[in-house]
Amino acid sequence: MNKVPQGLTTIYGSNVMIFKSFLRYSIILISALIIAACATVPDETVSSSSSSSSSTSSGPQVVDGVYVGSETVEMLAVDVPDRVFFAYDSFALNSNAQDTLSKQAAWLKANGSVTIAIEGHADERGTREYNLALGDRRANAAKDYLMSQGISANRITTISFGKEKPVVNASNDKAWAQNRRSVTVRTN
Amino acid sequence: MKNILLFLIFLIPFSFNSYATIEIDITEGNREPLPIAITNFFHDGSEKITNTDLPSKIRDVIQNDLESTGLFNSIDEKAFIQENKSLHLKPRFADWRLINSQGLVTGDLKIEDERLKVEFRLWDTLAEKEIEGLVLITTPDNWRRISHMIADKIYERLTGEEGYFDTRIVYVAEEGPKNNRVKKLAIMDQDGANHKFLTSGKELVLTPRFNPVRQEITYLSYFKNLPRVYLLNIQTGIQQVVGDSPGMTFAPRFAPDGNKIIMSLAREGNSDIYVMNLNSRVVERLTDSPAIDTSPSYSPDGKKITFNSDRGGSQQIYVMDSNGRNQKRISKGSGNYATPVWSPRGDLIAFTKNFQGQYFIGVMRTDGTGERLLTENWYQEAPSWSSNGRVLIFYRETKADSSGKGHSASIWSIDLTGFNERKLVTPGDASDPSWSKLIQN
Repeated sequence: MNKVPQGLTTIYGSNVMIFKSFLRYSIILISALIIAACATVPDETVSSSSSSSSSTSSGPQVVDGVYVGSETVEMLAVDVPDRVFFAYDSFALNSNAQDTLSKQAAWLKANGSVTIAIEGHADERGTREYNLALGDRRANAAKDYLMSQGISANRITTISFGKEKPVVNASNDKAWAQNRRSVTVRTN
Repeated sequence: MKNILLFLIFLIPFSFNSYATIEIDITEGNREPLPIAITNFFHDGSEKITNTDLPSKIRDVIQNDLESTGLFNSIDEKAFIQENKSLHLKPRFADWRLINSQGLVTGDLKIEDERLKVEFRLWDTLAEKEIEGLVLITTPDNWRRISHMIADKIYERLTGEEGYFDTRIVYVAEEGPKNNRVKKLAIMDQDGANHKFLTSGKELVLTPRFNPVRQEITYLSYFKNLPRVYLLNIQTGIQQVVGDSPGMTFAPRFAPDGNKIIMSLAREGNSDIYVMNLNSRVVERLTDSPAIDTSPSYSPDGKKITFNSDRGGSQQIYVMDSNGRNQKRISKGSGNYATPVWSPRGDLIAFTKNFQGQYFIGVMRTDGTGERLLTENWYQEAPSWSSNGRVLIFYRETKADSSGKGHSASIWSIDLTGFNERKLVTPGDASDPSWSKLIQN
């Protein structure tokens, strides 16, 4: 895993944060416009308008096969997401994943006694045994990245659950993308 | 599993013939089932048996076994003309030909010295001759095994192939939603009887396999959140971890001699294949590549191993010598291949294939040629061979809707010919089936 210069990561990180804020504001703006539009619709369609401002996303949830949403993400600490996501049959860490892991590494550095386990998971497609191995690859990809950020190996254990422990039970692209993950869990 | 099951087997020659006019070629697909009449086994009532339904129960087990092959059509007993009492002395063959039965199974049972003694005969109604006969003696509560052995004998006589009814299936029983699934090891006779759970469901358990020579199962358990290969003694229920490895061990199978376990070991993101000798506990590494190497399976003579590897960029099937040498790819088609299992006959390798979003169970020759796909489904995998290499069992799952409902898992069987696909009956959802060899004590 290449070492990313510290300064570059921070700049990139803040760019992502700005982008996310922009997205948030856009969503609020667009939702407000939709609600306003629905308020002027004739009576007979008013009853169906209430669903138009539901939680269906107004941006893509899966980009290049990797989940980019936050519905299943939990926090290890303020602004430290607990998981990264992967494309189908892949264990490569995209830039979002690297960003998340960098945050985890910073948090681990600031809390030197914390030990963690990284769980690697696969979506339900593909044979069971191969997915156990793939989950192991994903857990170790995350571990290797944390180590490249200076976290020592003896603070990190890994475990693969293959496809045995999905978080979302549906059988569709979004659910599968949400299930392809490496999750960092505190062990002390 | 009960104590000593079989006492003695005699073959009693009653005007034997070396040929039969009725026979079945099981390599033909979709043949017309052979009409056969299986009568209640006769009990003269001279001594009491606690299980008074035994005569019809034995008949029912035999009938169910034979019909499950798709090769036999058992004639409804309401159509029988000759009654059991005179049948016991000798069949009136014309009566049986009249109802179109080509084969006829008769038998009787008695209790002698607290042992159940069952005698059966298979008749060819056209040639008017007895073509098979057997006497089996065991403890009375073991009547199911006797029934399966009789069915095996009938199957063997008429097809020329060894039967596979006196066998068991071990599998993973599943329940609950996908994100909170409870899995237990379970074992049953191949017809679904004598079902028993082997683990409690507290720990996640996966992919069990029978030892071919002992009452033992190997499987993957997540006991204490450490995924490792374990052994379970079927009789005592005692579980024991295999080895002391630095990483996850998984995908275990026994070698044909029952004394070695071959498995994958995952170390720091890399899965390779290892073999452990259960007696000496010596471990030998067989593959050494950064790829995922898993799902190994021995040839029946123990000389070769087939396995799954993505070293070429996608999941494919490979074969190597049992010492790890000469590793080469054999799968040739488009798509991904996985879960290779070597047939007990040595001639074929069954596999799972994933192509254009669909899953197939298929077979290929051991050099990869002659690929034949037997069945297609939204999701299915992990074939396991019957002991005679003629039938495969595997498992299927159904697609869940967007709220997660509609998911189920079940075990299915299919003939090598691609016909006679049927669902196995299990108390709940089921996956990861593995078929034992003939029990044979």
